[in-house]
Amino acid sequence: MTEREVYAGLTEIVRELFGDDTIVLSATTTANDVDGWDSFNHLNIIAAAEMKFGVKFRTKEIEKLTNIGEMVGLILQKTR
Amino acid sequence: MPDKTAASAGLHDPLPLYWLPAAEDWSDRIKVLEAEIDPNAAWNRALTLASFRADFIRTCRLDRTIRRLSEASSEVLNGKRIRLAILGSSTVAHLVPAIRVACARRGILASIYEAEYGQYLQELNDTSSGLHQFVPTAILFAIDTYHLTNASTESAASLADKHATDEVLDRLVDCWRLAHNAFQCHVIQQTALPLFPALLGNNEHRSPGSRYSRVTIFNNRVRVVADESNVDLLAIDARAAQDGVALWHDPVLWHRAKQEISPSAALQYGDLVARLLAARQGRSYKCAVLDLDNTLWGGVIGDDGLEGIVLGQGSALGEAFVCFQEYLWDLGHRGVILAVCSKNDESNALAPFDRHPEMVLKRDEIASFRTNWDDKPANIRAIAQSLNIGLDSLVCIDDNPFERSLVRRELPMVAVPEMPEDPALFACCIADAGYFESVALTEEDQQRTRQYQTNNARDVLTRQSTDMPTYLRSLQMRLLWREFDVVGLQRIVQLINKTNQFNLTTRRYTEAEVLAVMNDNRKFGLQFRLTDKFGDNGIIAIIIGTSEQTPEEIRLDSWLMSCRVLGRHVEEATLAVAVDLARSVGAVRLVGDYYPTSKNEMVKEHYAKLGFTAVETRGDGGSRSVLDLSQYRPPELFMAIQRENHSD
Repeated sequence: MTEREVYAGLTEIVRELFGDDTIVLSATTTANDVDGWDSFNHLNIIAAAEMKFGVKFRTKEIEKLTNIGEMVGLILQKTR
Repeated sequence: MPDKTAASAGLHDPLPLYWLPAAEDWSDRIKVLEAEIDPNAAWNRALTLASFRADFIRTCRLDRTIRRLSEASSEVLNGKRIRLAILGSSTVAHLVPAIRVACARRGILASIYEAEYGQYLQELNDTSSGLHQFVPTAILFAIDTYHLTNASTESAASLADKHATDEVLDRLVDCWRLAHNAFQCHVIQQTALPLFPALLGNNEHRSPGSRYSRVTIFNNRVRVVADESNVDLLAIDARAAQDGVALWHDPVLWHRAKQEISPSAALQYGDLVARLLAARQGRSYKCAVLDLDNTLWGGVIGDDGLEGIVLGQGSALGEAFVCFQEYLWDLGHRGVILAVCSKNDESNALAPFDRHPEMVLKRDEIASFRTNWDDKPANIRAIAQSLNIGLDSLVCIDDNPFERSLVRRELPMVAVPEMPEDPALFACCIADAGYFESVALTEEDQQRTRQYQTNNARDVLTRQSTDMPTYLRSLQMRLLWREFDVVGLQRIVQLINKTNQFNLTTRRYTEAEVLAVMNDNRKFGLQFRLTDKFGDNGIIAIIIGTSEQTPEEIRLDSWLMSCRVLGRHVEEATLAVAVDLARSVGAVRLVGDYYPTSKNEMVKEHYAKLGFTAVETRGDGGSRSVLDLSQYRPPELFMAIQRENHSD
């Protein structure tokens, strides 16, 4: 899986979840940058990412995430 | 396990609602829905979209619109409204979208209230609470297993305590009573997930106070106590046992987010809740409309005959069909109406019911029996009318994707499950889909099929028309033809010798005789393959022509077709190919014969329908017809025609 594919996959999830096809994710995007990305939807995004990329996150890993770039990095590391 | 592939939005959904069809244009449909301003139109679109497969994220997206509609209080939508309160002890928010979408799937617009978790007793007792202000019409006690089994107050001495669950059950009964008294509403209790590790192992029951045993005991006892209290159960323990507990509960998520039920099980959970609510609203499906060939038995009764169909002991496939019939028989005897709708001659279709020794279903178990060559939606309308039930209480069970897709398109209110490839999984699929959810077993239910059959007036039907042309144009059909060749030889011989119904002359050919056609330049043999957006139907038609008499005239020695592709105007396209070929060799007319047999009545008017003129009619009902090629113009053909090249 390439970095580009992971971004595309996450973008699809976030767009679908918030019903907004204009959302663009970059490495520095944080939850605060996206309307509606609260703690409840954060769990949904994590769950969807696990199903989308066929990975399982450890709680410790999730707690450390601060932006999309780190999340992409984590997924890449797990799908390698 | 059933075929559970193909999640729709790219999520690898371990527990998809696999009986729902996928919508290729889901993304377009959701956008149209989201842009719809009129609430009634939006609700109708949402209902339709909810009946297609969607993964967790898409379900969340669809729910946004449905939630908006449910909050627009004054609008009277043509759906049943319910107000569901969820009283829980841990996180359930991630399950709510799936519940609301599953309710829409059953025509129910649900407003949902989530009590603050762990506050359910206070909310029930306090008349100024959010719960009381909400005024629920249904309450779901979704109390997690840790809480239910009091797992935190465990002591070593209690491991042998047989009464460890008593107090919990007593408290629940009090809660149920409070709910009934305050709201006179439907009360649902969720069972406990078996999520604790065992202490003893195989003989865990010898430690009745262990966490593991307390779940087992709780689940046994709650079934008795709930019945005494007029409370319905949401049996997630049974469902998780079938799916695998690990797919329902993930300890990591429990500790991270207090989600007892994993998002991966949310869709299943939502549908379980909705079918229970629907059952109490009288909105469960009432009638299974059954196809025959390759649904109730293997093979085609019209072609294979009573001895040729696959049904009964002695073959794996035959046994699988018996098993499915047994499940349907059981459903019938607990109140589900059984109807038959199949493209067949009625006498052929009835024969197995009356005379096949392995048939489980008999005629008097079928409340409405419609077998003819009309299109399926027309027949389904007629069935609903003759039984005097709504189309939205029918489930159409058919192995053929063409028919399923047509029914969905014409009658979106009819449930049409995707069927597994293997008949061994049919019963499981119908059960998993939960169409016929019922909360009680009544005497009346057990008599129902018979009642309907007595009342069933078969005739006098006003028929609405089905828009077949539009459907056919949407199928992307291609008719691929080539002359007889060695590659196709086996299939050609098989089709020629087993096709009885759509067969004009019923001339049989051996392999050697087919080879002889290939080597005779006064003869031609054509094989036709039909593909469509559902896939490749294989070789489905054969024509053998000969110009032995005179080069100006081609006699159609054989013309036959598989009944699988009836009603799709393949005949017209086939003729167009034959005409082109005849013209290219200088012929000016085609001559076709019809020789009646006990099975080919359906093609009696074949040549007349195609524009041939009858020149001779025989005493046995047979006829000879001629087509003047200078007058022939093809009608609208609903498929592309293409010569297929095979390099063999």
